[in-house]
Amino acid sequence: MVDDLPAHMRPERSFQGLILALQRFWADRGCVILQPYDMEVGAGTFHPATTLRALGPKAWNAAYVQPSRRPKDGRYGENPNRLQHYYQFQVILKPSPLDIQDLYLQSLAAIGIDHKLHDIRFVEDDWESPTLGAWGLGWECWCDGMEVSQFTYFQQVAGFECAPVSGELTYGLERLAMYVQGVDRVYDLNFNGREGAEKVTYGDVFLQAEQEYSRHNFEHADTDMLFEQFRMAEGACRKYLEAGWEQGEGGNGARHLMALPAYDQCIKASHVFNLLDARGVISVTERQGYILRVRELAKACGEAWLATEGGGAQ
Amino acid sequence: MPDLLLEFFSEEIPARMQSRAAEDLKKLVTDRLVEAGLTYEGAKAFATPRRLTLTVAGVPVRQPDVKEERKGPRVGAPEQAIAGFLKAAGLSSIEQAKVQPDKKGDFYLALIEKSGRPAIEVIGEIVPQIAASFPWPKAMRWGARSAEPGALNWVRPLHAVVALFGPETEEPEVVPFKVDGVASGDITFGHRFMAPEPIKVRRFDDYVRSLERAKVVVDPARRAQTIRADAKTLAFARGLELIEDDGLLAEVAGLVEWPVVLMGTFDEDFLAIPGEVIRATIRNNQKCFVVRDPKTGGLANAFTLTANIEASDGGKAIVAGCERVIRARLSDAKFFYESDLRLRLEDRLPKFNEIVFHEQLGSQAERIDRIVALAGHLAPLVGADIATAERAAHLCKADLLTDVVGEFPELQGTMGRYYAEAQGEDAAIAHAIEDHYRPKGPDDLVPGDPVAITVALADKINMLTGFWAIDEKPTGSKDPYALRRAALGVIRIVLDNKLRLRLKAIFAHALPATALRHAHHELRTYSPKAGDGSGAERLSKLQGNLERDKSKIPALADDLMLFIAERLKVQLREQGARHDLVDAVFAQRNGKDAGNDDLLLVVRRIEALDKFLDSDDGRNLVAGYKRAANILRIEEKKDKFEYRGTPDATFYELDEEKALGRAIEGAVLEAGLAVVREDFASAMTSIAKLRPYVDAFFDKVTVNVTDVRLRENRLRMLNEIREATRAVADFSKIEG
Repeated sequence: MVDDLPAHMRPERSFQGLILALQRFWADRGCVILQPYDMEVGAGTFHPATTLRALGPKAWNAAYVQPSRRPKDGRYGENPNRLQHYYQFQVILKPSPLDIQDLYLQSLAAIGIDHKLHDIRFVEDDWESPTLGAWGLGWECWCDGMEVSQFTYFQQVAGFECAPVSGELTYGLERLAMYVQGVDRVYDLNFNGREGAEKVTYGDVFLQAEQEYSRHNFEHADTDMLFEQFRMAEGACRKYLEAGWEQGEGGNGARHLMALPAYDQCIKASHVFNLLDARGVISVTERQGYILRVRELAKACGEAWLATEGGGAQ
Repeated sequence: MPDLLLEFFSEEIPARMQSRAAEDLKKLVTDRLVEAGLTYEGAKAFATPRRLTLTVAGVPVRQPDVKEERKGPRVGAPEQAIAGFLKAAGLSSIEQAKVQPDKKGDFYLALIEKSGRPAIEVIGEIVPQIAASFPWPKAMRWGARSAEPGALNWVRPLHAVVALFGPETEEPEVVPFKVDGVASGDITFGHRFMAPEPIKVRRFDDYVRSLERAKVVVDPARRAQTIRADAKTLAFARGLELIEDDGLLAEVAGLVEWPVVLMGTFDEDFLAIPGEVIRATIRNNQKCFVVRDPKTGGLANAFTLTANIEASDGGKAIVAGCERVIRARLSDAKFFYESDLRLRLEDRLPKFNEIVFHEQLGSQAERIDRIVALAGHLAPLVGADIATAERAAHLCKADLLTDVVGEFPELQGTMGRYYAEAQGEDAAIAHAIEDHYRPKGPDDLVPGDPVAITVALADKINMLTGFWAIDEKPTGSKDPYALRRAALGVIRIVLDNKLRLRLKAIFAHALPATALRHAHHELRTYSPKAGDGSGAERLSKLQGNLERDKSKIPALADDLMLFIAERLKVQLREQGARHDLVDAVFAQRNGKDAGNDDLLLVVRRIEALDKFLDSDDGRNLVAGYKRAANILRIEEKKDKFEYRGTPDATFYELDEEKALGRAIEGAVLEAGLAVVREDFASAMTSIAKLRPYVDAFFDKVTVNVTDVRLRENRLRMLNEIREATRAVADFSKIEG
């Protein structure tokens, strides 16, 4: 597959080529290819296509790129591989197919990582998200000693047992691209696969943003506003959750009619918390309290989702 | 006899769980076999990242037949009872039962003969049961079956099970069973990348050989051996030395099925970072070994990595990839280290105000203040300069807030030393910051420099007194704050450095800071509300609480001392000291001065006692003591009276009595003086001088005479013997 692509689209030549190759690979395996969720999230897992769809009995296979924001990881554009905004490529397969490891290895081959040449390893890494009330077992996948993906079998999400279990693959796109392009500094990545005057690098696209957002995240983010936003998002989430419940008729169980809008507010609260944390205005003792508050929202949203059609409610 | 071969083939098992899982599999299967009457000749278990393997040799073909007698009801019992008996015994009519007489009449007796079942059937039952409840530290569900109730929990998805049973000379049979949808068979698979094809196996030896051809080394010990040998050779070829690391070796052996050792390098400039940081970076994050340059003794700019494949380019791409990752990691480490150096240790301390050490013990800052105060108190007792020790204590935890320690917690202390040196602290302070965590385990060194000793003791004693004050003592196997280790640390520091410390007084000095913390806080924050008539009452209640807590301190100090004494006993016993001598010394009470909180003296006493008991005088004196004590015990019990007090010399009749009386007087005086000089050997010798007099006394003097006053006086004389020995130890605890 790699061979019939024009040079600028090849995964080892361009960042966008890498994304397109992964999308095509997973599209060929029956995944719906979604676009990024239109809210700030810390990881692809927060996308409702993963968090909520992982709950309930219905089969679901999807893949998408998710821009992820980790305000604390900003380094003013000075660190060669730490970013406060980066891309994850996320795949969710429910139930987890029995050949999911093979599928994953094939996807690496599709972006030019040859397992006869490279040392690919599955190293224990159990995943837990305290804010989402979620955990799973799996590995970090190493290629020549570099972590290129996270591989998780979700066991619990939003405090509910996953039945069936989903398999989640998360590719760190910048790292992977640096690896296949043979680049040491993320800003030197070739973004569009062109050379000379036409070449656009990752730095051309994102360096200024990294500098500006680092300033924002660490020094200027308006904490009064953020505290207020946290409070409001938490309040709104609860309000929508409450308003969404509807008693079933004729012996049917209760249904929920607004799980998704409520979950948006949970995502919002989580991101606002991350910003406050980066600003250093949340003390160590308070921190746990905030995480707990977001988790309570996530759990309530999961419960609501399970009472929707998508969540498999009858 | 037949052998059993079992293999559970799964996705990658975490390295840290493999060896335990192999042992668990062996124990669970063989225990169940033995329970079923299938004793075996030998068993071995192995693990790779993708498989758990068990071979059990010499299992009988069948279970032995079992004969069992079952007693039934009386002959002529009601029909219901007979029917129940027939059913339970598996008989079709009562004629099949024997009739047996007994004291009360005739009874039915059923002879049940159970013929043993074929072993293969038994194994087919046992193995799925074991799999269903296998003790993985963490297990998971997967796939469509995970939605079903009762889905298998395994460490990672299970793909195949090999279960073969048969004698060496015949084609083995598949033991038929299913583990949650996975059927047992005779097929395994080779290396994930180099030989993924299915392999048919028969027995353990061809299993090992076939897998070896398919690039899988089944035995983890062999994989470890290869990694160590190859890494050493590679290092040697470049004039370098491998820095061995058994923990890492075991882990790496659990990450590969086919180890291929390669060597990479990193930029020499990184050697400016402390070696410990380089090692932690390369070891923890990349699972690679670092190497030493024998010429300098320091780290060389190279490492060995262990790949899981023989790459088509001989490993060039792998090494290049690994070098790049390590370069990035070291850049991060260098960045952390350099940015840590920009902030002085003392300037980090305010942050400790908002970090909770323990809910009832306050913040880390409060904890550090207590360590500083205690260090100031201990310094003169240990021979350290007070200001230096306080400064070291003040800074000793600051590195916990640095980026490098955040990244590598095991470098706590070590980094503090580097940062202290860099900011120009006294060498003794830098050294104390590193060493105050010591000894970290039974094999770790003990601090030896006075300042380091002071801070190490202050930290540990503060830990102990703090948790004693809030009644969070270790119980049973629960010791969440590692207080046993802290106590052992105190003991080793005191003994190794031959320190003379009265620990109980030190505890009593340290305890108020935590034991009265709550009461002081309540008093401090007390504010009488205007016009609140009960204010005075409340205030006096709070003052009362403070007094109450103060009054508890001596008991807390005693209790903590007992805990230390217990740890010392354990420690001494482990070192081979006779436990009865340890008890004898601990039980000894020398009048008002219960001097057993001076650990060094306690140990010296035990040594002296041990030597003393090795001599004839010692052994005979103990025999004499026991004789006296026995007579006293019997007579005191009979008379319900304790014969205390000095005997009256005017009632001495026989020369032996007079001689013993004089001898005791002299020996007690002499021994007492020797004890004051802490010369325990002399004290023992003085007491040993009593021996001929005691012997003579028992030879010639009858204790239980009819003259009441004479008898009483002689019993008092025996008591004198008992009391005299107490100058050195409590002889009643000595065995033999």
